[in-house]
Amino acid sequence: MDWGQILSNTASSLIGPATIAYALAAIGLSVHFGYAGLINMGIAGFMAIGAYGYAISALTFGLPWWAGFLVGIGASIVFALILGIPTLRLRGDYLAIVTIAAAEVLRLLFLTGEFDDVTGSADGLSGYHASFRAANPIPDGTYGFGPWTYNANGWWVRILGIAIVAIVALIVWSLMRSPWGRVLKGIREDEDAVRALGKNVFAYKLQALMLGGVFGALGGIVYALPSAVNPGVYVTSLTFFVYTALLLGGAATIFGPILGSVIFWVLQTFLSNVLPALATSGILPVTSTQASTLRFVLVGVILMLIVIFSPQGILGNKKELTFVK
Amino acid sequence: MSSDVTPNAPRPKSTGLHSGPIQPGVAKVDPIIVADGIKRTFGGLTAVDVDHLEVPRHAITALIGPNGAGKTTLFNLLTGFDKPDAGTWSFDGQSLSGKPAYRVARMGQVRTFQLTKALGLLTVLENMKLGAKEQTGEKFWLSLFPGFWRRQEAAIEEKARELLVKFKLDAKEADFAASLSGGQRKLLEMARALMTDPTLVMLDEPMAGVNPALTQSLLDKILDLKDEGMTVLFVEHDMAMVRHIADWVVVMAEGRIVAEGPPADVMQNPAVIDAYLGAHQELDLGVVTGRHTADEVE
Ligand SMILES: Nc1ncnc2c1ncn2[C@@H]1O[C@H](COP(=O)(O)OP(=O)(O)OP(=O)(O)O)[C@@H](O)[C@H]1O
Ligand SMILES: [Mg+2]
Repeated sequence: MDWGQILSNTASSLIGPATIAYALAAIGLSVHFGYAGLINMGIAGFMAIGAYGYAISALTFGLPWWAGFLVGIGASIVFALILGIPTLRLRGDYLAIVTIAAAEVLRLLFLTGEFDDVTGSADGLSGYHASFRAANPIPDGTYGFGPWTYNANGWWVRILGIAIVAIVALIVWSLMRSPWGRVLKGIREDEDAVRALGKNVFAYKLQALMLGGVFGALGGIVYALPSAVNPGVYVTSLTFFVYTALLLGGAATIFGPILGSVIFWVLQTFLSNVLPALATSGILPVTSTQASTLRFVLVGVILMLIVIFSPQGILGNKKELTFVK
Repeated sequence: MSSDVTPNAPRPKSTGLHSGPIQPGVAKVDPIIVADGIKRTFGGLTAVDVDHLEVPRHAITALIGPNGAGKTTLFNLLTGFDKPDAGTWSFDGQSLSGKPAYRVARMGQVRTFQLTKALGLLTVLENMKLGAKEQTGEKFWLSLFPGFWRRQEAAIEEKARELLVKFKLDAKEADFAASLSGGQRKLLEMARALMTDPTLVMLDEPMAGVNPALTQSLLDKILDLKDEGMTVLFVEHDMAMVRHIADWVVVMAEGRIVAEGPPADVMQNPAVIDAYLGAHQELDLGVVTGRHTADEVE
């Protein structure tokens, strides 16, 4: 077994584009679920909207990269409105059902051959990088050290991604310490009580859905930035993975979603490297394909264990645990 | 009992609230709420069927009636939390029919809930601050920049602390509301409602679960509200308390208003005794259950 390679890959995933994308999506979910109590089970749909919005803008409409960002963000706001206006007046669990269904509908729309010209159906989309890479201020070459050695485009994606995470985290922090965030947390606890105090609960929930949806779309865009848009990514299990990252770190915290995503991807990368290696060297009595699927089983088990034993997450307030209903 | 509790001089009751002969639905000299033909059914059950009701301004009105009489349902209807099958009603001269709950609250008609709604994972102080109206910092874009709301927030916090002291919750301000006892939550909910500077306070069983020592001070708080110019409408099952603080009593049974009037009169009303109080209202509970005789109690 090549431990050097395994550890190097694992270390590299610390700042991988997927890690950054998950962090953004998990921050979006923290706004939905952690602060507003909205059970959004369709974060994968918001990510798909971002990724496709970005790629289609470039490929079909020839827009520059930043316009692609704006299209992705705008489309996610529209999606949030379409989802929210009919469902946010209903009880919380209905939103979960509607969002999971809407995300699936969306994915199938992207997947169907009907719109192949635009969406690339099952092949997805690729080759939309020209504008983004042309905007790269970093001169060509390879930079970094050890496991963190990337070319100019690799760094451009990572630096921009991390900057977006920082800005998004700052926005959430500013909002959640403000009276606006207080109303949102109040709604999470008991929306009728908040209504009785004269707050337009529906409007706040809609704002929260749009805000978190925009962050989810940004996650989707960052996911798509380095390589391609693959319809197989935006499935329901993506939603569950993002939830795992969120709950691992702490749902109603600023840094929890980021920490959770980092741990999630470091663990994923480590397992996806180490398990097949263990299988080939005969230590694990399974084939190496089975071994790489095994990590998803482990992720599922971890999600269950967190929810049962530590629902407030690593960074969550331990005091809250006493009062989890 | 602690010695610093000085017995309050009994405060005068408001009188002359109605005009015309006392009967269910009697007109008030200065009504704050006027309701007409309000009907709410759940399947085959008529929970509320009120022909006419006026609630007098600057007075304390008690709404009494047996379990299931429709008191809470009427509260829900008047505050926009439920929609009636039929009926119109107004608050302060403005029609409230079809207005959502948050608009009703903004107009100055605030309520509490029979099943207390403390916001568990917010601190006691945050619960209070949430109650304040027209906060600049509650607007999405402005909330991002504390410069816009910091001063208002400080003022709100000061007001919240004053109220918490009044309600003896100041020691708890940093605790999660979820850690409060049932009675403390009732107090918090009432204090939080007062943060909205209401003109009409509607309390659904504010005294349930509050210990007798605190009940007295809570009753005083309610009387204070009236002195401060607010109108109070409250639901209560304890007749002693109703007699003690209410200026006017409205009796409901099976969704209808069966009697109303000043407390002393209403409690002599045969319809009320029949519907609600039973024949033994003046007797000690032990007498009713036959554990001892009336003579022993005297
Ligand atoms: N959501 C509902 N669905 C069906 N029936 C309801 C509903 N809400 C209330 N009811 C019925 O309406 C009637 C009036 O209920 P309500 O809660 O108003 O009584 P109440 O006077 O507040 O009683 P209590 O003194 O016990 O609080 C009851 O018979 C109750 O079962
Ligand atoms: Mg009731």
